[in-house]
Amino acid sequence: MSLKKLLVSVSILIFGVAGLQAQVQHTKSKHVSLAASIANGKKLYTQYCVTCHQADGKGVPAMNPPLINTTYVLGDKIKLIQIVLNGFNEDVQINGQTYSNNMTPHAFMKDQEIADVLTYVRNSFGNKASLVSATLVKNVRLINKK
Amino acid sequence: MKKNKWIFILIPAAIVSVLVLSVASKNYTKKDAAFITVPSGFEIKMIANKLGAARHIVVTPQNDIYVRLAEPKNGKGTLFLHQVGDKAEVASGFGDFGGTGIAIKNGYLYASSNTAVYRFKLNDKDEIIDPNAKETVVNGLVYHRTHGPKAFTLDNDGNIYVNVGAYSNICSEFDPHGTGCPILDSAGGIWEFKADKLNQKQSDGVHFAWGLRNVVGLDWNQQDNRLFVMQHGRDALHDLFPKYYTVHQSALLPAECMYELKQGDNAGWPYLYYDWQTHKKMQGPEYGGDGKKEADSKYIDPVAAYPGHYAPDGLLFYTGNQFPEKYKNGAFIAFHGSWNRAPEPQAGYCVVFQPFKDGKPDGAWEVFADGFAGTAEQKNPGDALHRPVGLAQGPDGSLYITDDQGGSIYKVTYKK
Repeated sequence: MSLKKLLVSVSILIFGVAGLQAQVQHTKSKHVSLAASIANGKKLYTQYCVTCHQADGKGVPAMNPPLINTTYVLGDKIKLIQIVLNGFNEDVQINGQTYSNNMTPHAFMKDQEIADVLTYVRNSFGNKASLVSATLVKNVRLINKK
Repeated sequence: MKKNKWIFILIPAAIVSVLVLSVASKNYTKKDAAFITVPSGFEIKMIANKLGAARHIVVTPQNDIYVRLAEPKNGKGTLFLHQVGDKAEVASGFGDFGGTGIAIKNGYLYASSNTAVYRFKLNDKDEIIDPNAKETVVNGLVYHRTHGPKAFTLDNDGNIYVNVGAYSNICSEFDPHGTGCPILDSAGGIWEFKADKLNQKQSDGVHFAWGLRNVVGLDWNQQDNRLFVMQHGRDALHDLFPKYYTVHQSALLPAECMYELKQGDNAGWPYLYYDWQTHKKMQGPEYGGDGKKEADSKYIDPVAAYPGHYAPDGLLFYTGNQFPEKYKNGAFIAFHGSWNRAPEPQAGYCVVFQPFKDGKPDGAWEVFADGFAGTAEQKNPGDALHRPVGLAQGPDGSLYITDDQGGSIYKVTYKK
């Protein structure tokens, strides 16, 4: 990666995160509301996620990881978006259980769709966490294409 | 004061210990198998539980049991159990590798991890002579997490047949333009190796059969001297192609297939799937199929087919004399139970009997043992209490079933 590209990536990342923080403060006026995002995310979850991660978000023993009470879901949003975009094929241990199924990339989903489905997952099955914005997904996608 | 404090801790601890021990040693055999149904005249008992994720199993001529664990427990990947009355008690454990496959042949116990097949020399009582003297039969088998277990079986001519599962659902991430799945040269098939030759690599083996997504249940049929395997069919027809498949169709399709294999056979994964309702090979939607177009006839047909996503993890040809005549030389299939039927209810936590005649499936299959899940309906496979995996036949013709959710072993006998 050239220095220029690196600088571009870093600045995108910084502005992306800054943009997100601004957005959280002005959710009601400027952007898709949390409730609307969750409602749309539920439909998308049923379309793309439910067979592997199950309706209760508990996943499948030894195969597909749960989406509940894990930093993969509730922690760094950029890493979470990258999992959706790039898929996941690393060994993952959650609460002492290992999960073996690879996840295929879902980069075909639109920015707003990824934002909605992740907002739904972060606010369902007992999870409670902040909204994921389409702007952040867009920026992560740009870094992703470096 | 310090001594008094300890008494307050020790007395309750002692009471709890007694309670735990009495629960652990109670006769759980009848109660815990009570919700599992078997045909009239048969009896099923839980003879062990909480062993860990019990996978494939073998019973010796002396009626002892070896069972593989998916993950080692206390550093032991294989357990050795003695049967005492209605129970099987763990006598020892060995081998620091988890996995699924296990078999006894010509004085050796064979056991597989996700990347290798090992063997241990047995004495004349079929006990391991030296648990540390592990020999490597095959090493470096292709493994990329998904469909990792290397289930295997042996023939009577010194060969071992090992599943190398495809590390993908339908190869789309490796073949995005549908021009040809590139992983089939080293995965998604059965490899044949020499059972008594050490340190073989995958490339030393014969690529025996092609186009099998993942095989966990497999067995050598002694009647027609052929390899039979159970394939786990593809997932997510509706998720990936909602315009061709409804949620309900996607829960039922495709079939879980039984194949009889000879060298060079190709079952056609990922290019096709089998519809158990119409008995047709269908072109996969990733390769130009539309839910109606049939597949190229060059691929082999299954010899029997079962409902979608039941997950066949164990196959056993019954050669015993204890069960009624109709079971002789027929096949028992242990179905692990589905997860890819969501959001529809899950299904298939059962053991099925498939009648055979002259080495071929003959007539309709029937559910033999059912209710392992322990609840009327399963939304999530994690809610099932028990999930069948491995099958074995004892020297007296009893049938053994393992469960990797509750860590149990069940024994089925016929009472007449």
